Amino acid sequence: MKVLRNVRNWLYERLEWNDLIAPLKKKTVPRHRLSYWYFLGGITLFLFMIQVATGILLLLYYRPGANEAFESVQYLMTQVQFGWLIRSIHSWSANLMIFTAFAHMFSVLFFKAFRKPRELTWISGVILLVLVMGFGFSGYLLPWNTLAFFATKVGTDIAGQVPLIGHPIMIFLRGGEEVTGATLIRFFGFHVAILPAVVTSLIMVHLLLVQRQGMSVPPKVEREWVANPSAKREIKFFPNFVLRELMAWYAGLGVLGALAALFPWNLGVKADLFASAPAGIKPEWYFLFMFQTLKLIPSKVWFADGEVLGILAFGAIGLLWLLLPFFESDRVAGSKQWVTGLSIFALVYVIAMSVYGYVAK
Amino acid sequence: MATSGSGMANANYPSGTPIARRGFVELLLGSGFLATAAAFIYPVLRYIVPPQTADLGGDSVVAGKVGDLKPNSGKIFRFGSRPGLLILTAEGEYRAMSAVCTHLSCTVQYRPDLKEVWCACHNGAYGLDGRNISGPPPRPLQPFDVEVRGDEIFVTRRREG
Repeated sequence: MKVLRNVRNWLYERLEWNDLIAPLKKKTVPRHRLSYWYFLGGITLFLFMIQVATGILLLLYYRPGANEAFESVQYLMTQVQFGWLIRSIHSWSANLMIFTAFAHMFSVLFFKAFRKPRELTWISGVILLVLVMGFGFSGYLLPWNTLAFFATKVGTDIAGQVPLIGHPIMIFLRGGEEVTGATLIRFFGFHVAILPAVVTSLIMVHLLLVQRQGMSVPPKVEREWVANPSAKREIKFFPNFVLRELMAWYAGLGVLGALAALFPWNLGVKADLFASAPAGIKPEWYFLFMFQTLKLIPSKVWFADGEVLGILAFGAIGLLWLLLPFFESDRVAGSKQWVTGLSIFALVYVIAMSVYGYVAK
Repeated sequence: MATSGSGMANANYPSGTPIARRGFVELLLGSGFLATAAAFIYPVLRYIVPPQTADLGGDSVVAGKVGDLKPNSGKIFRFGSRPGLLILTAEGEYRAMSAVCTHLSCTVQYRPDLKEVWCACHNGAYGLDGRNISGPPPRPLQPFDVEVRGDEIFVTRRREG
């Protein structure tokens, strides 16, 4: 113990971190009956860290390339000790992360946490969600199986439908006119180099903003606190909130471990570039609501291609979503009914279309 | 205007006087930086666009052999870099068309139970002539000509017009 103390003192003489951690000691977090929702962002961060760790482990055996990718994952899952578990954790954690990110977004939306002055936090968060879905989309192709091959074909074709810029984007994503081994190499690059760099930097910005501005209090609770100031409660960020958050992470780790061990992710069939799409093919659940919507739009709407119309509509809604804080009032009393209505509609729509897409033939 | 011999003299100009010499240097520097940036960005932009590959398929391929297919069935064949679909109808007639769905480029298949061409991805259906008949596909599948020479089935791209 004396050694540890000496090391600490040696470091402290050189770094003097007291003023660095002082703000953390002063920082408080509002405490109320809805404060459990504050954990969702932290859990998403935790799952991202698991992704980084398991992703690095997978890189020890994964080989990109149309002739090797599937075989290398097969080898990893059948020959490498605990290979199946590492891959299963990576897949499950990816899915859970997207789920908690969505849940985090909707909780922020319903508690109006995106109001002024937190517009930038919202915008960075929405961009992060899109990037995380990009992680899912690019990672899905890497085992080079049939489902992934067709998902990539459809997904990149959707990008290609956007007027004017669509085709060059599709060529860039695919590394050619078709989905081939060249696409796999590009997606590998996006997945292990570009996206991690961009997402990590953006997470830093997102966290810095949260630290700087503190937690938002839901309007409902804020009204109660204004009416009855003695009801106002706060806890210290460090150690009280941090310890609670760690407990949430620990519980999350338990759920993740159980899912990964009990329901290991399977590998499927190797992609064949000259085979028909198998019956019952569907995208990952987080793309289902868009998939099902595009499936329902008729081929021609008035004079335009239904597909193009659908894609443009999703683009427009995405943009509105990104800019939502600018339409909302920063005062509790001035809260816009239509923004709340839109949020509820969006949540119901996403859930309903996902379920419909899941059960539909 | 800028008659001062040294940079120091600029401080003597009343505010609002254009500092021509400094402006000139800034212009040089700025355009130099811009040119440098362009010299980096242009090759990178060209680099990320993959080179065109020739479609080695030509206009005609052997899609299969007589006897490969039973009546009322179909198979995928390779036409250059893209898949094609060869069908032997229940009536014993060969049909061929592109197997790339006009909706979102999935690979279609022949459904003997429906006697239709079907895309599993978004439930699109085409007739045996490639016409889009239901679901989201916006256009017909590109039809090919079929010719049986000896025991080989040749599929040929149709000439435009």
